[in-house]
Amino acid sequence: MYKLFAIANNTFKETIRDRILYNILIFAVILIGFSYFLRKLDLLQDPRIVIDLSLACISIFGAIISIFIGIGLVYKEVEKRTIYTILSKPISRPFFLLGKYLGLLMTLLVNVAIMTLVMYLALAFTERGIDLGILRAVFLTYVELMLITMISLFFSCFTTTTLAAIFSLSFYVIGYVTDDLKILGAKSGSYLASQATGLLYQVLPNLNYFNIRGAIVHSLPISLEQILLSTAYGIFYIAIFYTLSIVIFSRKDFK
Amino acid sequence: MTAAIKIEGLSKFFRVGFWGRRVQAITDLSFEVRRGDLFGFLGPNGAGKTTTIKALMGLIFPSGGQAWILGKKAGEVGVRSRVGYLPESPYFYEYLKGLEFLDFYGSLFQIPKKVRVKKAEELLKLVNLEGAADLHLRKYSKGMLQRIGLAQALINDPELVILDEPMTGLDPIGRREIRDVMVRLRNEGKTVFFSTHILSDVEMICDQVGIVNKGKLITTGKLGELLNPRIEYYEISFSRLNPAELEGLKPWVTNTFQDGNLVHVTVPAEEHKDGIISRVQKAGGTIHSVIPHRESLEEYFLRQLNRSG
Repeated sequence: MYKLFAIANNTFKETIRDRILYNILIFAVILIGFSYFLRKLDLLQDPRIVIDLSLACISIFGAIISIFIGIGLVYKEVEKRTIYTILSKPISRPFFLLGKYLGLLMTLLVNVAIMTLVMYLALAFTERGIDLGILRAVFLTYVELMLITMISLFFSCFTTTTLAAIFSLSFYVIGYVTDDLKILGAKSGSYLASQATGLLYQVLPNLNYFNIRGAIVHSLPISLEQILLSTAYGIFYIAIFYTLSIVIFSRKDFK
Repeated sequence: MTAAIKIEGLSKFFRVGFWGRRVQAITDLSFEVRRGDLFGFLGPNGAGKTTTIKALMGLIFPSGGQAWILGKKAGEVGVRSRVGYLPESPYFYEYLKGLEFLDFYGSLFQIPKKVRVKKAEELLKLVNLEGAADLHLRKYSKGMLQRIGLAQALINDPELVILDEPMTGLDPIGRREIRDVMVRLRNEGKTVFFSTHILSDVEMICDQVGIVNKGKLITTGKLGELLNPRIEYYEISFSRLNPAELEGLKPWVTNTFQDGNLVHVTVPAEEHKDGIISRVQKAGGTIHSVIPHRESLEEYFLRQLNRSG
């Protein structure tokens, strides 16, 4: 446990000192803060705009951060040959990956927390006030980002940063359109196409399950069961991608 | 007692390029390193030294054969807590400071914080980096990185230290410091295994050497036994000899070299040495020195490499 924390902590230090991270975060924070002023343009000056825009920012910028820090980490360790000294210590490879992942989750948590705080700051000046119910949407977004980070880490185990970025981004986009993908296949009239899109729909993670942002914005009821199921769904996929990463990473030769 | 390192029939090939062309890095390598030895692993660049070491550390998986360190199979996670390793031209987390860096590596061995910090400070002193404890590694020079690399390999007080080209890129002072540390570790009873292509380093400190070329082991053994103990030639230096007398020595010497008043001649056969000395003295010349030459490691190395093709 102690070693795991040491690796996670070191990863956290590494990512937190990355300048790209700050650029993305500052941009996100400005945009979220800006939502407060955007509200003024609305006839009803509806605070929902603030929540809507903020949550979208957390999801999108969070995903960008996840991908950017996720894809580089293992690849960079190999490229910079820092991995030699780490893996020659009594650390198993699956353990190393897990430590890296946990470190990334820490970084991500800090980022999401900052964005959420700014959102609440903007909301405090509206009639909706500090509505803690919104945290449910933030929580599921975080689970979604956990999954995206793991997917990036997975690609980072066997391909270059550029390709890993493209693949991870594709997963993010496809994750939101898998429903449409299935419909598209069904409408195409081709048996082969419908089977193929059906398979993709079954296999690829459906990120819509983590999206309760609309419901939160409009104060619709959300059951605890729904949140728990979505979380379990996310953890299930994280476990799958972690296993796949271990399979690849454990056989890798560090030339 | 089991050997510190045992390698049996180790082979490794890599697939390179788009078509996966097979490149043989090491072929059927076998040798042993006894405990407590300072072992020099010699070979020209690309001979397979680093590949062998990486196989020992479990960083690459052999295509054939087996290796053991301290009696355990190479690649086993547990045994690594008793081994220290410095990779070739190491790169480290440059955002860490010297002390922070050693502390991090110490934590990977689950060494308690107090012990860790004390050990880290000791090691910084050992490698002469006390002044750089609070400096970020990105500001370290190459020699300093190599030295802190050596320090991280010793953080767990290992029984076996494996160093991949520890002297490469260092100035003479830096090389001497690393050499001193290696000898000190051996004197403390640890086994030190290091690879190099700098022969003088090996000649000065090693108990045993292994020589590899093109992925194959050429020879292994004690340095004194490997080198030809026979005297190969004598170099005799003298002065004040007239040119006619000097001309008379020609049949017995292979090389004549004039340096001001001093004449150096190379005498290949031992039986001619005394005759030449007495001839020079009789003709009124003064003998300055008679130096016997044995085969150096460099000559041996080149001879072995030529033989192996």
